[in-house]
Amino acid sequence: MSNAPILDESQVLELADPLPLDGGQSLPGVRIAYETHGTLNAAKDNAILICHALTGDHHVVSDHPRTGKPGWWVRMVGPGKPIDTDKFHVICANVIGSCMGSTGPASLAPDGQPWAMRFPVITIRDMVRGHVALLDALGIECLHAVVGGSMGGMQTLSLAANFPERTRAALVIASTARHSAQNIAFHEVGRQAIMADPEWREGAYYEHGKGPEKGLAVARMAAHITYLSEEGLTAKFGRQLQDREAKTFGFDADFQIESYLRYQGLSFTARFDANSYLYITRAMDYFDLAEEHGGRLAHAFAKSKARFCLVSFDTDWLYPTTESRNVVHALNAAGLPVSFVELSAPFGHDSFLLDVPALDRVVEGFLT
Amino acid sequence: MNAALRTALRPDLAIIATNVAPGSSLLDIGCGDGTLMAALRDEKGCDARGMELAPANVGACVARGLSVIQGDADKDLAFYPDKSVDYAILSQTLQTTLRPDMVLEELLRIGRKAFVSFPNFAHWRVRMSLLWNGRMPVTRLLPVPWYETPNIHHLTVNDFRALVKERGITVEGQWFLSGGTGCSAAAANFRAEHAVFLLSRD
Repeated sequence: MSNAPILDESQVLELADPLPLDGGQSLPGVRIAYETHGTLNAAKDNAILICHALTGDHHVVSDHPRTGKPGWWVRMVGPGKPIDTDKFHVICANVIGSCMGSTGPASLAPDGQPWAMRFPVITIRDMVRGHVALLDALGIECLHAVVGGSMGGMQTLSLAANFPERTRAALVIASTARHSAQNIAFHEVGRQAIMADPEWREGAYYEHGKGPEKGLAVARMAAHITYLSEEGLTAKFGRQLQDREAKTFGFDADFQIESYLRYQGLSFTARFDANSYLYITRAMDYFDLAEEHGGRLAHAFAKSKARFCLVSFDTDWLYPTTESRNVVHALNAAGLPVSFVELSAPFGHDSFLLDVPALDRVVEGFLT
Repeated sequence: MNAALRTALRPDLAIIATNVAPGSSLLDIGCGDGTLMAALRDEKGCDARGMELAPANVGACVARGLSVIQGDADKDLAFYPDKSVDYAILSQTLQTTLRPDMVLEELLRIGRKAFVSFPNFAHWRVRMSLLWNGRMPVTRLLPVPWYETPNIHHLTVNDFRALVKERGITVEGQWFLSGGTGCSAAAANFRAEHAVFLLSRD
């Protein structure tokens, strides 16, 4: 519920030390924006870290500060919900590289100017390093669980693999252990759209009061298609025309799907920074958990003692079931307790955010 | 194993549960809603893992805190390491697989031992039904007509004995059920409705 009382305000942690990065650099003056809900118990063992997706943020249940829309996972998180804030202390942190409160390319560098393209290229593991620094600051040694969908699932896998002592369970929804050529290809289309926009100015657009909004909108339009399913698009839009009786024999948005995508692209530019989009998609493209661990995915989990649960959706062609199975086989080979289920839902990749009651049952059951 | 548990489980599962060593590890293939796994975890401290085809059943298992993978016995056993569990368990599933012989080999590759239970197609009621009606039997234990039964490889106790002998598999234990009670190994092919075998390969 959007009007549910928010138990804690969004908070910001300022890291005292520079954050070491996979690229070899370290990032000074890191700020991590986060939100917590529910009470941390005395033993500090009831904390659940929720990791957000590419364009998500830490407003998991609180209203988005720019759009005013309800938090992105209000249907899953809250009192009496599958991730029950009456039982668990839920933490959601904004990833580094983002534009929603944590340090990213739009943040000011030590010289007082925006980082822009001087911001170092980051990885999923670097995002997780930020989360672990937050857990350190909060005094949480070991999470009850880490949970994430899509890019959040990548962070979940990375945390379980690289910081095995920090969680007892990992729930990975609609995600993958590595970005495929197809995944990289779609991201590259988006990045090229941004960089081809003259307003991008090699990333130094902040002082011009206008960014590469057209490029960012196109990037979002392309990406948005990958989050849906053909079945879902056909059911929702088909070939229906937008507010007109006949085709115009022009290039206006004749079809409803065109109008919808244009709206999605445009509204995205009001809430997201184009350079953040470049950096975060790059981090996802670089993600290959097996590569980090000698080429064998099972090796990534050699030190883990966590329970795992993976969920995929039958209409998700962005991170299809085979990607989840790949992780499951590696976890099996590592001898770890793992559950896996492919759920049927019509919404494509976005199913993890939408009304899929079977997902609620699996999430609630796994976390209990 | 307490009496309450034995009566709560389906008879063939109760036999398996009674004969699993406490604290052992096991993989239950075709684990359904996880009844056997939950019993073995709670009553015998076993490390139980499962594989199940139906998503709703996997969800039910996860909700019980069990680790279950949605998968197909014909395809997905290949991903389990050799001798990774003490017992591989296949209850009432062998006759539904595409290649029961290969599944059996996989069980004994993954498990140090394997429990296999199946309905006996040579039970006298089945024989009588086929003999008198000349139609594929529909009995209390095989209640589904031929066109929609999941049982695509019906077998008899003697068929199974012949297969394990041919493959050099050791029978460590065998139990036969008829109506809720046991029956002797000698009469099993005629009298048993269900068979449970404990197998190993040395």
